[in-house]
Amino acid sequence: MKIVVCVKQVPDAKDVRLDPKTNTLAREGVESIMNPYDRHALEEAVRLKEKVGGTVVALSMGPPQAGEVLREAVACGADEAVLVSDRAFAGADTWATSYTLARAVRKVGFDLVICGKQAIDGDTAQVGPGLACRLDIPYVTCVRAVTGVDGDKLELQRLMDDGYDELEMPLPGLFTVVREINEPRVPSLKGKMRARKIEITTLSGGDIDADPACLGLAGSPTQVVKVFSPQFNRDKTMICGEVEAQVEELVAVLEKLV
Amino acid sequence: MSCVDYFLSEEQQMIVDVARQITDEKIIPQRAELDESETFPTEILNDIAQADLFGLYIPEEYGGFGGGSFDMVLALEQFARGCVGIATTFAASALGAYPIIISGSDEIKQKYIPDIAAGRKWAAFALTEANAGSDASGIQTTAVLDDGDEWVLNGTKQWITNGGEAQIYTIIAITDRKKGPRGASMFVVEDGDPGFSYGKKEKKLGIRASATRELVFQDCRIPKNRMLGRQGTGFFTVMRTLDLSRPGIASLGVGLGQAALDEAVVHAKHRVQFGKPVISFQAVQHILADMAIQVEASRAMVYATARYIDSGARNISKESSMCKVMATDMAMKVAVDAVQVLGGHGYMREYPVEKMMRDAKILQIYEGTNQIQRNVIGQALNKEYSRN
Amino acid sequence: MLKIDTDACTGCGICEDNCAFGAITVEDGQAVAGDNCALCGSCVDLCEAGALSIDKASTGPGTDLSLWSGIWVYTEFRHGRLAPVALELLGAGRRLADDRGVPLTAVLLGHGLETVPETLISHGADRVLVADYPQLAEFTDDAYANVFEDLINRERPEVVLAGATAIGRSFIPRVANKLSAGLTADCTGLEIRKEDGALLQTRPAFGGNIMATIVCPHSRPQMSTVRPLVMKPLPADASRKGEVITAGIDPARLSSRVKVINSVSSESEKSNLQEVDVVVSGGRGLNDEEGFALISELAELLGGGVAASRAAVDSGWIKYSHQVGQTGKTVSPKVYIACGISGAIQHVIGMQASDTVIAINRDENAPIFDIATYGLVGDVFEILPRVIARLRRD
Repeated sequence: MKIVVCVKQVPDAKDVRLDPKTNTLAREGVESIMNPYDRHALEEAVRLKEKVGGTVVALSMGPPQAGEVLREAVACGADEAVLVSDRAFAGADTWATSYTLARAVRKVGFDLVICGKQAIDGDTAQVGPGLACRLDIPYVTCVRAVTGVDGDKLELQRLMDDGYDELEMPLPGLFTVVREINEPRVPSLKGKMRARKIEITTLSGGDIDADPACLGLAGSPTQVVKVFSPQFNRDKTMICGEVEAQVEELVAVLEKLV
Repeated sequence: MSCVDYFLSEEQQMIVDVARQITDEKIIPQRAELDESETFPTEILNDIAQADLFGLYIPEEYGGFGGGSFDMVLALEQFARGCVGIATTFAASALGAYPIIISGSDEIKQKYIPDIAAGRKWAAFALTEANAGSDASGIQTTAVLDDGDEWVLNGTKQWITNGGEAQIYTIIAITDRKKGPRGASMFVVEDGDPGFSYGKKEKKLGIRASATRELVFQDCRIPKNRMLGRQGTGFFTVMRTLDLSRPGIASLGVGLGQAALDEAVVHAKHRVQFGKPVISFQAVQHILADMAIQVEASRAMVYATARYIDSGARNISKESSMCKVMATDMAMKVAVDAVQVLGGHGYMREYPVEKMMRDAKILQIYEGTNQIQRNVIGQALNKEYSRN
Repeated sequence: MLKIDTDACTGCGICEDNCAFGAITVEDGQAVAGDNCALCGSCVDLCEAGALSIDKASTGPGTDLSLWSGIWVYTEFRHGRLAPVALELLGAGRRLADDRGVPLTAVLLGHGLETVPETLISHGADRVLVADYPQLAEFTDDAYANVFEDLINRERPEVVLAGATAIGRSFIPRVANKLSAGLTADCTGLEIRKEDGALLQTRPAFGGNIMATIVCPHSRPQMSTVRPLVMKPLPADASRKGEVITAGIDPARLSSRVKVINSVSSESEKSNLQEVDVVVSGGRGLNDEEGFALISELAELLGGGVAASRAAVDSGWIKYSHQVGQTGKTVSPKVYIACGISGAIQHVIGMQASDTVIAINRDENAPIFDIATYGLVGDVFEILPRVIARLRRD
């Protein structure tokens, strides 16, 4: 089975905070990492490969620096790495991104595509379904377990708001994963050695025969008109003093409110 | 957080990175639970195997990475930063494998080492007995050749790390009591061999995630070819094994010391007393400074010793003993200081330094107490200076 | 492309300091954009010298926008139950429809829909388009997306809203791709721009660190998924009148490549966080699962729900279904009690709409206090047991 895993390099939003004085993003400590959901997607791909054989291709769309997450993917078990990179891709929204990725995935070839449910920078969760739509293949989002692999179909569990659905998806197909699907492995020593040497295939807009009108900002139906910091304003009362006094006052507040 | 740049090679840096990621993502989140419930860390060992680190010190021809003492020190330091119990479990498998690598025939190496390198099987090393701890000459376990094709083992080994969990055991037994130190030989015993069973599981002060158990041999019969090296070379193999493993134990001290220092500094920055973070008080700063000095001095010594061993040096007993004493005495002191800096918090099981203090103590005891190490150093000095 | 007016740029470095991608550097007193610029635009607004701009020249698909009219809401219905977000969207949609002077249409897909259309009308819909087929009894992306796409092509609404639920976020992107329409995920604000009637869609990004307002200048419909519990439903008004229209669907469009074998409603996946008046929430400061027992105890005493920050969920102290924040649930109870939660923006984004926020944290500089109504600097392990004891005594 040839499995393509889409991975994205994102700024690590976990510890980012607003600067309380300027109310802007404090950049300190913002590192680039592999999108955490994509680590789970990669792990599931490697597990499937270990079970039924095949190859895992890690594919990323991004600037040349995104090669780092592809090397990380190889260190964690991917066999090949493909970087889809072109200045013309900058500013792509999920529509243009889905278009670009679909061209690239088609070029690479696949039986199965696995994506993280969403990326932690945009949090849209739209690229997985969009990519499947562009590839004209069936898809399932928010998969929490792969319960069976049977020739040319997969048995999947999809996390829903009120429980989960048990589904059967024919291949070729695509699914996106939630975190609970697995516990990603850490890179292995041999994997790291391989990652250091591996040649990353780079595809430009021309290499994937993309229509320039569909790429980047120009090809994006949505456009950002304003960016601002969220404001949370409240009148604040600090409850001070010794613990006992604090507790008394807090209980009084609770009894009033609840 | 930062330490001296020891000019690691790219490969060495990779080892540190892989071990660090396992420590941060797998060990640290689970250590308190495993310690509290005294649970053997099977899943984490599988993670370590997945990352190829069980093969770190094993020659490439047997499926390993072909690394040396220094590579092992780098990995163990990271694991110990997370949990000395888990690091001990990992180190004990190496300790069990070293005798095979040092003295085993190619045939016996091919049989056992690839599985150990892949982390499919774990090893354990069995020397200690009720009457033979620091004084290894008190060994009572015997091995007798029966009908010329099977060894029959009788006796009990005590406090064996990975006992009951490992599949491969290297044990020392007396094959000819008349020959004294030259009358002991090493054997490989497998889990499931007839006449081989496990005694009670020990309850310990620290390193509770590791398993410590008795091994019982009652007419345990093993094939003749399970002997490692020639008959009578058992003590040689043991000494050589311990020379190689001691820097590893020393690095456990460095890792634990670093973790204790990290916890103490972070706490001192956050804990406010008299309106200020306690780190702003000199009394606290001086404790932290002394901790930092000792951790770094020990690390430098352990790294230097491991590199010296890897250079092919032959007489390494004194040096490897010196770094073991230095780094493990340091770990005990720094752990105690960390508890002091955290004060009441430090004494509570909610905070990790309490466990570090309990774990540190074993480092001064196992693989040769620090008193025995000083004997080794003292005797070596006596010998060196009598030559002139 | 990010354009930098080299004459205007003062090299002050504000853009460099605030670029979430680290894509801008100041070299020789001039800002320079690197390859990893994502054109997010946050620097453009911050630049005091007005030296930065983003070239928005776009060819666009060139749709005649005037052909598209009306506001549509996808009213999610599953297993005999209307999703609460459906009524919230009707509330928001009503406002947009009135601003635009156009009708509000609810689109209802499923099977056994019976009196649901009347409910939708009473909550603000002028029209209800109903597709009631056995093939739509269980949710599948193929069938739902096909039907929705066909209805949109038939009637050409200018705006399409859906809940940012598991279902909405799964099939709506496919509809948007098929229609070449712009889709904005997980919106928390929707307004009509006065000048041209365009839909202004506001949503959080970067874990909630940035809010972005998005438009679809050249394409229709303008599509959004909307975060549950942000919009307010209108009170039911049984006297409201509306039209119920049965939509005929080509049977070929009702088939699905993915088969639903079973649908399991699982209590453990549910949480009542979005329905209770009090939420007690714990974070990293609780240290472990035992610490979390205090949270559960207090929540039980107050008749509330138990929530957690991502740090606590990631540490395995409590299940993901309790997570509140950008990557978890959004809640807006009357009282939100945050215990040992630092207040990282990614958490705050999920609970800032609470009426009253009570924060307990050891660190007086914790950002949670910036959004608290009441703040207590102290140890949760000292405060909570005493509060629990006091409440029990009363």
